[in-house]
Amino acid sequence: MSSQYPTRRAPLLAIYSALVFAFIYLPIVVLILYSFNRDGVGGFPPQQLTLDWYRQLFADSPIWDSVLNSLLVASGAVALSLILGLLAALALDRASFPGKSLFRRLVQLPLILPGIITGLSLLMFVVFARMQLSLLTVFLGHGTALISVATTEVFAGLEKLDRAQEEASLDLGATPWQTFWHITLPNLKLSLIAAGLLIFTLSMDEIAVTFFLLGRDNTLPLEIWARLRRGITPEINAISTLIFVVSVVLIVIWYRIRMRSIGSEAQHLLERP
Amino acid sequence: MYSRAYKTIVSVPPLLWVGLFLLLPYALMFAHSFWAVQDGTLVHHWNLANYQKLLTNPLYAEVLFRTMRIAASVMLCSLLLGYPLAYYLSFHSGARKELLYQLVIVPLWVSYLVRGYAWKTILGSDGVLNGFLQYFHFTHAPVGFLLYSPFAVVLMLTHIYTPFVFLPIYASLEHIPRPIVEASQDLGAGPASTFFRVILPLSMPGLLAGATFAFVLSLGDFLAPLLVGGSSGTMIANIVQTLFGASYDWPLGAAISVCILGITLSLLFLTERLERHWSFK
Repeated sequence: MSSQYPTRRAPLLAIYSALVFAFIYLPIVVLILYSFNRDGVGGFPPQQLTLDWYRQLFADSPIWDSVLNSLLVASGAVALSLILGLLAALALDRASFPGKSLFRRLVQLPLILPGIITGLSLLMFVVFARMQLSLLTVFLGHGTALISVATTEVFAGLEKLDRAQEEASLDLGATPWQTFWHITLPNLKLSLIAAGLLIFTLSMDEIAVTFFLLGRDNTLPLEIWARLRRGITPEINAISTLIFVVSVVLIVIWYRIRMRSIGSEAQHLLERP
Repeated sequence: MYSRAYKTIVSVPPLLWVGLFLLLPYALMFAHSFWAVQDGTLVHHWNLANYQKLLTNPLYAEVLFRTMRIAASVMLCSLLLGYPLAYYLSFHSGARKELLYQLVIVPLWVSYLVRGYAWKTILGSDGVLNGFLQYFHFTHAPVGFLLYSPFAVVLMLTHIYTPFVFLPIYASLEHIPRPIVEASQDLGAGPASTFFRVILPLSMPGLLAGATFAFVLSLGDFLAPLLVGGSSGTMIANIVQTLFGASYDWPLGAAISVCILGITLSLLFLTERLERHWSFK
């Protein structure tokens, strides 16, 4: 909309914005730069580039164990919160039950409240239920705390869904299950993928809730945390750089998918008689 | 259109799950705050002693005020950085808008911990900034006050929450119909008056959302103080964390948590009311 109007030049504002960008990116650039510094983190300027820290990182099995744990927890959390979030969105959209608005707010609390509150509450629950702290409790925590991400995305998807398709399917003799499987679910595909990616990244990066629910096996952020308490090593720069690169690649892939689907939707509309 | 069985199948599992794994834990937190510890074990003896302790011991009020000061500074700094950036992108960035927007989003995907760690390596007494200052002979001895101070906590949290504050502000600026802005200018309002009387009020919902977000999440943060805060940067959530760990006084920790929860929920309630007041119909 704004492209109709000429962009006015605002040199001071442009300089200020550039400085804000510099502030946002400075730590990330420093982090990446010093992952290649032979003398470790600190000192200026960085001297003698090396890949030693990456070599050390690849030989460091506790880190890779924790990466595996994180992947396990995140995949489980994605599955759990997608299923419950999908059901919750359908319930909010189509059913009426007592306490509906309370439910809607309750589900959102873990994302709004500081993580320590949700983490401690879940810890008390685990002790109350006489469970053992382990990756299972971390998975339960993540899966429950992130339900609202899926609910919000799927609910938005349901609002755009063309009800006539579902009605037609039911009228033509399909069972509710067939209608759900062949009409409702495919229409929500994009919302589910978006929610899944977001839940995955949030779970991979979660610290505050994990902190209180962790047993003996570390997730990646908590493994890094444990090492940070012992001291600074460029290996952490190296693993952080890798995480950053993987995240950026994932974002680019995600945008490609999104652009393609928007493109095909547009084409679909054009091809309609 | 949807049968009773359909409605039951979609609503019962999430209701049960959320009741068991979310409502019950929060309720347990609330209950703990009225219990006590005797001889190192938890006793379910209902009392108000924990809240009395919070009110009578000045230490807790002191840390709470420091925490609120830090959270308010983080909120203010991220607004000062985030708002002009959002304004520039929305009104003056022209064709590069989409690219610049993506550039603000990307750091959101960099782990919280990693960014905190990066600041630690920059601010430390043998860190990058001190190396830089000495290399160019600005100072001869390392500057020690940068790391392990409330300043470092504010800096780290501002860095983390600026993109979060930017997002809702940018969204509300983008929703302002451009003809309104044009009309204000055509009717003779200068740039300043257009900004303060048209754009700023219309972007209020986004500004409030961003500000609340930064304040609330800073208020309950315990990792930044542990990472870069040192003992002078201790915040209220750190006290909770020690009460749950080494000191083993869950009821007192739960009472403080309930206070944090109370402050958070009343702020969110207030913002929601204000947002409705400012929202553009």
